[in-house]
Amino acid sequence: MTYANPLKKLIVLALPWICVIAAWTLLHYSGIVNPSLIPTPAQVARRFWELMSNGKLPIDMLVSTKRVLVGVVLGTLLAVPTGFALGWNRSVHVFADPLINFFRALPPIALIPLVVVYFGIGEAAKVVILFYAAFFSGVIVMYEGISQISPIYIRVARTLGATDGEIFRRVIVPLSLPHILTAVRVELGVVWATLVASELIAAQNGLGAMIQNASSFFQLDIIYLGIICIGLIALIMDLILRKVSRRFLSWQDRIAA
Amino acid sequence: MISPDRIVFDHVSVTFPTPTDMLPVVEDVSFSVRDGEFVSLVGPSGCGKTTMLNIVAGFIKPSRGSVTLDGIPILGPGSDRGVIFQEYGVFPWLTVEKNIEFGLNLRSNPRSREKRAEVCERYMRLMGLYEFRNAYPKTLSGGMRQRLALARAYAVAPQFLLMDEPFGALDAQTRTAMQDLLLEVLQKEGKTVMLITHSVEEAIYLSSRVVVVSARPSRVRCIVEVPFPYPRTEQLHENAEFLGLRSRVRDLVMREYAAQEQQTRDAAPH
Repeated sequence: MTYANPLKKLIVLALPWICVIAAWTLLHYSGIVNPSLIPTPAQVARRFWELMSNGKLPIDMLVSTKRVLVGVVLGTLLAVPTGFALGWNRSVHVFADPLINFFRALPPIALIPLVVVYFGIGEAAKVVILFYAAFFSGVIVMYEGISQISPIYIRVARTLGATDGEIFRRVIVPLSLPHILTAVRVELGVVWATLVASELIAAQNGLGAMIQNASSFFQLDIIYLGIICIGLIALIMDLILRKVSRRFLSWQDRIAA
Repeated sequence: MISPDRIVFDHVSVTFPTPTDMLPVVEDVSFSVRDGEFVSLVGPSGCGKTTMLNIVAGFIKPSRGSVTLDGIPILGPGSDRGVIFQEYGVFPWLTVEKNIEFGLNLRSNPRSREKRAEVCERYMRLMGLYEFRNAYPKTLSGGMRQRLALARAYAVAPQFLLMDEPFGALDAQTRTAMQDLLLEVLQKEGKTVMLITHSVEEAIYLSSRVVVVSARPSRVRCIVEVPFPYPRTEQLHENAEFLGLRSRVRDLVMREYAAQEQQTRDAAPH
């Protein structure tokens, strides 16, 4: 949507958030729930400044974000070629499809105890579990996307004299780009969920660990803060990805932007 | 003087495997397309005309018989044969200009930068696309997309133009305009053309010969010479001789449609 008036745009953008904060404040003061169980937005904001200025929160945010990015990058690097192989080769598909569906159906969180046994609780364990989550959520998107590519473009390219390599570089790659971006978007969602779960179970730092530690000391405001940070970072990543998509995929015919 | 044969179908048969048995699609087809000629194939839908065109394009090999281009068997697709599909096939991720340039950037048709720009501009102007050169195909109408497909095919300077229902998805007015544009472009830069169409009117208006194809499996029912000289104009549509020829060919085609329908009915489970 476009607004002529920038002030109006700002109001429209801020309105849902204002409503949420208002409802939260109201809930605290209404007495429906014991007020000590719900910190006020102001309390959480104070905590935010405190943890920002002592440098703890930026580190936790950075650690979690880095883990997510590493997982998504590694997962995508393998999911893209695997998606191609599945979509283009019948025998690869017949062989790998049931396996992929089996592992995809397993929630990555269910594997955390096993990963802890084999990889301990260090960074390697997190990378493994996040890579797993990213790969299996991304590969299915890639496969579905690749199998939807219309063969007519390949035929046209051939009649214009393109070799297999040229068809790959100049037809398949541009047609796959939207699917790669969708895969990354889906992966981001799944990987965030998995990351927080794995940090809740076993980690010294990161937002999940921060929430877990706060819960041991009943620091509700920190729990709230951690949840908000997770949501905000995920939202910002998605926004960036949407911007990138719009920039590179302006040729696409779509109903919603 | 009769021009030399360029595309020759010699006793061509094609069968496709189905889960249960072999389905004959084309049976013992022989005909040829001479240099600079415009030959149309008309016949019932689903009868195997597209299969015949796909053999010339290099996508399919005949099960029996041979199809040769200038006496040489066809090994695969190549830029000597431009193919125009009903569903356009313009690349949605490229602008109009980049679509036309696509073939000129391939190793098989190398062109200098200046030459590429020159070729692009010529065909954009010829097809009335110049003002839209930076537009993406999603913003173009069906007729413009088909003009773009034609421009892109022409850009690599093919000797043959193979067209599969190219105007089938267009409305009647656009279709007429495209037929005239095609005739005009062919006047300027002649090609040897093979066209598949459902429209007898279109086939006669554009072609020098019309091949009437039977119900499946495709056989050549008859070959009709179209006596009108080029350049042709729309007045031809009202010409008495044109109308007579049209109804004659239409009768032949309708008979094949009826046969095809009977086949389908017989094949349906009772």
